[in-house]
Amino acid sequence: MMSTTSPLLLQAKSVCQAFPKAGGGEVVVLENVDLSLRQGEVVSLLGRSGSGKSTLLRIVSGLIKPTSGGVVVNGQPVQGCVRGVAMVFQSFALFPWLTVLENVEFGLEALGVPETEMRHRALAAIDLIGLDGYESAYPKEISGGMRQRVGFARAIVVHPNILLMDEPFSALDVLTAETLRTDFLELWAEGKMPIKSVLMVTHNIEEAVLMSDRILVFSSNPGRVASEIRVDIPQPRSRLDPSFRALVDRIYGVMTQKSAGQARETLGGHISGAGIAMIMPRVSSNQLAGLMEAVAGPPYNGKADLPAIATLLQMDADDLFPIAEVLQLLHFAELAEGDIRLTDIGRRFVDAEIDARKRLFAECSLAHVPLIAHIKRVLDERPSHRAPFSRFLEELEDHTTEEHARQNLRAAIGWGRYGEIFSYDDDGDSFSLENPT
Amino acid sequence: MRGPLVVSTRLSRVTPNRWDVVAVPLVLGVLAVIAVGAHQVAAPLEVLQKTPVSLDVGNLPDYALRTTLRMLAALAASLFFTLVYGALAAKSRRAELILIPILDVLQSVPILGFISFTIVMFIRMFPGSTLGPESAAVFAIFTSQAWNMAFSFYQSLRTIPKDLDEACRGFHLSAWQRFWRLEVPFAMPGLIWNMMMSMSGGWFFVVASEAISVGDQTYTLPGIGSYVALAIADKDLGAVGWAVLAMLVVIVAYDQLLFRPLVAWAEKFRFEQTAAQIAPKSWVLDLLQRSRFIELALSPAGSLIRQARRFRLPAPKLPAMPVQRWLSPALTDWLWYAGVAAIGLYGAWRLFDFIRASLGFSDLVQALELGLITLVRVLILIALASAIWVPVGVWIGLRPKIAQWAQPIAQFLAAFPANLLFPVAVVVIVRFDLNTDIWLSPLMILGTQWYILFNVIAGATAFPNDLKEVAANFDMRGWKWWTRVILPGIFPYYITGAITASGGSWNASIVTEIVAWGSTTLRAHGLGAYIAQATTAGDYPRIMLGIAVMSGFVILLNRGFWRRLYVLSERRLRLD
Repeated sequence: MMSTTSPLLLQAKSVCQAFPKAGGGEVVVLENVDLSLRQGEVVSLLGRSGSGKSTLLRIVSGLIKPTSGGVVVNGQPVQGCVRGVAMVFQSFALFPWLTVLENVEFGLEALGVPETEMRHRALAAIDLIGLDGYESAYPKEISGGMRQRVGFARAIVVHPNILLMDEPFSALDVLTAETLRTDFLELWAEGKMPIKSVLMVTHNIEEAVLMSDRILVFSSNPGRVASEIRVDIPQPRSRLDPSFRALVDRIYGVMTQKSAGQARETLGGHISGAGIAMIMPRVSSNQLAGLMEAVAGPPYNGKADLPAIATLLQMDADDLFPIAEVLQLLHFAELAEGDIRLTDIGRRFVDAEIDARKRLFAECSLAHVPLIAHIKRVLDERPSHRAPFSRFLEELEDHTTEEHARQNLRAAIGWGRYGEIFSYDDDGDSFSLENPT
Repeated sequence: MRGPLVVSTRLSRVTPNRWDVVAVPLVLGVLAVIAVGAHQVAAPLEVLQKTPVSLDVGNLPDYALRTTLRMLAALAASLFFTLVYGALAAKSRRAELILIPILDVLQSVPILGFISFTIVMFIRMFPGSTLGPESAAVFAIFTSQAWNMAFSFYQSLRTIPKDLDEACRGFHLSAWQRFWRLEVPFAMPGLIWNMMMSMSGGWFFVVASEAISVGDQTYTLPGIGSYVALAIADKDLGAVGWAVLAMLVVIVAYDQLLFRPLVAWAEKFRFEQTAAQIAPKSWVLDLLQRSRFIELALSPAGSLIRQARRFRLPAPKLPAMPVQRWLSPALTDWLWYAGVAAIGLYGAWRLFDFIRASLGFSDLVQALELGLITLVRVLILIALASAIWVPVGVWIGLRPKIAQWAQPIAQFLAAFPANLLFPVAVVVIVRFDLNTDIWLSPLMILGTQWYILFNVIAGATAFPNDLKEVAANFDMRGWKWWTRVILPGIFPYYITGAITASGGSWNASIVTEIVAWGSTTLRAHGLGAYIAQATTAGDYPRIMLGIAVMSGFVILLNRGFWRRLYVLSERRLRLD
């Protein structure tokens, strides 16, 4: 139902987005992103958290103004919030003090649609989306799935040309999400919704493959379009279909390949500014050990396919990738082409007892995590062997945003504590070398 | 249960302290200017018709009504002020920098101290009409209610969830629609809770502000407060009893008819997406919501509100200001700060000049000494009240059945204006010839100690069951149980109550350190008595000095002591 000759509804050209850093300079969130959306298309923006895909969605809707570049929607350049687009939110964003019906009428009311027409359209949308009988309920009385249906009804009732969806199913449990996806795809296929195209943000690879005609895979820091993938599998699609599995595998490959490259970049340089500011995901030692044990155990015996292990552990790619990347950073594992393989040190870690594990972890952290090595060195150099949190925070802020700086320090504290490299006193906000005796 | 809401609106935010340097003299300076104006028009106002208040019990319902209406008027004024001031502070960064510290200072100024200025100012505004003293009384109540409400609203506006904000923008709501559709509803639960707390405090001030003597002028407004004042002058303990009864009825009626329904109704504005386990109920609200007649009667109003809500107030399209081309934002900021600082300096100078004209350094030393005495009194009383009410509150709070009926009583006692009971205390002190410096002190905390009790009850009720079970499982009891388990658990709640009690006590000192019974006057040493005496004498410089010193003490105590404890408790001891 779509072709390259369908009218262009949306076009974004070399969009950039950057935020000022605490220590001067900018943190680039989006870099030179091009995007187009034709009538009849479902396009997914797929990427890890921090890849700027949600920011892009908000730029397209006019909620955020890009630092540079331009967006044209329905033939009009975007300036402020645009007409003809409506958004479905990850958190539903329903007003708890309005009933289901009032929530659906919300957008129409703001537009000043006459009351009878408003009621008529709202009831039609409620009917279409399967909310009959819930009209007078308040959001807190109904389940998450029903709430998101309200979110859908509220968006389509204004008859938008473009429906924007920001991870619409990620706050729902697996079963509910599947039901809503199926219902949505059915309505879309039958052309019953008063919308012309869909732009969706997701971090769930299977969801993207299931729903989209095209997938733009984003890389992180800064956000860029790493790859554009056309999905030609006919609808309705089955997850068990070999071509479906092959495509999921391919996307896993694209996403790990990129991150592997990035990790090498940061490891190449020594303890430079970029090194200590390298983004450290908040991953706990238990998660690291858990993933290594899963990969080490049968049937994988040290080498596993990432999609397979994600399914086994019931994890989203978005949850799995950070853990796998930290393992790679610490030289406990290697990532390549959608596979994870334990190194010799990784195998030794799995076989070791608690204290030996901690020693291994400490060794690897000091060798491969610049921020941890840096904190340790500063503490060693000081006669008191103490240093305040703020000392490192200010140093990091020269290289990154305050938020990232805090996140990195929190991660360093967690790993430092586990490896007994240094301790941290939350009351005094300071690092030190001694542990309470 | 909801205890901490009160303080979360007052103290959780650490204000930019340097702005206090401007805000304190600014607020006090404005007061000084008012005082100067008042001083100049101290000419007798014979035209003011004095309605003689009589001790006839038959008049009490009428007086009670008048008092109630005054409260309502003040509440309406506070609400209006809140919506405007809070919205302004939340939406303009530059306004915020000055408005919020001012609010913080206003909260610390002893309200009872400046009734004497405002009454003269209002009488001048409405010459020859009882509207003057009426407005002054309403204003006094307003000043006891408005600040924490405005804080609450401001805080709510600052914490509006991002997704709702985006939904509003994405669906093209105008600023006016957004205000009524998102901002006011979102702020509603906190606002109503703070209104209720304000009301509690307000009764105390309405009683104190109905009969005021400034210099040789006495203004008496018909109301429960003047009724009590007359009873005191006539040494009629029976009449005091009747007044207490009337007050009781009024407070219960207010609670049942106004606040319970409001609280129950506001429940739907709570942002948590899960339904509360125990939703507040109100029989009045049920009645109103279920009544067809009411529904019918209200429907025109409803549709009017809907129309108003839909109205797109055209946002004034300001032409791009040419000024901005040659004024960089940094320079504009700088000009703004400089302007504000200049006004602050002018205020400070006016204040200093006003006081210096008739008072010397020794007066300042005297006021500081007296302030120290009152400070010691407040601290000792808070400690004593804590020693009594924390164990009691914990005991009650851990027994849900008892807490269920004890909690409303404690809240009621907090609302009851303790000044109605002062005569009883005076009679006892006179009878037994007790030391006034010691025995007048408990009156300061008579009305405010209940805040400690009901917050501790709330804390103990909310204490997680699993932690209780762990303590029992490890057989932890006695002193260890108190220090390791329950006291840290209720600490945030206790701090909330103690802060409210401390603030209220400072204010109360103005009416408790000097108390009369007929022709007998009992006097304790302290800053409160100093201000009260200056008020009676119409000595404006001394009133100003007293208020300035007391504000200083309150701010120092809040910043140096309470806020630190509060931050500690927020950081370390929050259980949720």
